[in-house]
Amino acid sequence: MIESGILHIIIPVLLVVCALLVAIFKDLIAAAITLAVFSLLLALEFYLLQAPDVAIAEAGVGAAITVAIYILAIRATKRT
Amino acid sequence: MMMSKIVRTMTHLLVPLTFIYSVYLIMHGHLTPGGGFQGGGVFASAVALLIVAFGSQNIHKSLKEHHLSILESSGALIFIGLAFGGLAAVFFYNFLTGSSIFGRIPPTGSNPGDIWTGGVIPLMNFAVGLKVIAGLSAILLTMALATSLKEVEE
Repeated sequence: MIESGILHIIIPVLLVVCALLVAIFKDLIAAAITLAVFSLLLALEFYLLQAPDVAIAEAGVGAAITVAIYILAIRATKRT
Repeated sequence: MMMSKIVRTMTHLLVPLTFIYSVYLIMHGHLTPGGGFQGGGVFASAVALLIVAFGSQNIHKSLKEHHLSILESSGALIFIGLAFGGLAAVFFYNFLTGSSIFGRIPPTGSNPGDIWTGGVIPLMNFAVGLKVIAGLSAILLTMALATSLKEVEE
């Protein structure tokens, strides 16, 4: 239980760091990948909070599909 | 636009496993974490992997939007049909309880789980899974086709 208590501190801190990095990065692809990392950490946090159902939905939809749609949309833009 | 041979080989390895896992999530939705939406999301992520690895034009040869539209509508119709099927008693009545298909009474206490339980709930999970698979795959395919067409124009 002690390890789980430490994880409950580490993962929210990493979530905040990832959210700040998404806002800071100028490269759109890097921001999208950081958003995928954010979603995976959020899925891990849901799993630790005893909600595996929500964790599967977050990992499948949040980490895979929305990031794929973001990257497909970024592909249609041009770098100036 | 196809990606490199490494990516395509890994896609050949990973996509069947992901499909099997998504079907497992849908089939066991009434026993374990998962269900129609989660299984459909995992299936659509495998479709996203296929689209990224092989290019949307190649995938579009075998996966058309109007087929996905028919699949999505049939999922919704199966769900509503099962809900109306119990209308002899009440809307959404679980009319399969006690029958031979998905009708067993689950044992009490801690047990490994019996898949032939739940009545119409597993069938409704299948319907929701069909609808989510078709909807999310159609969204991904449309996004990929729209962005790749813009590349051709430029």
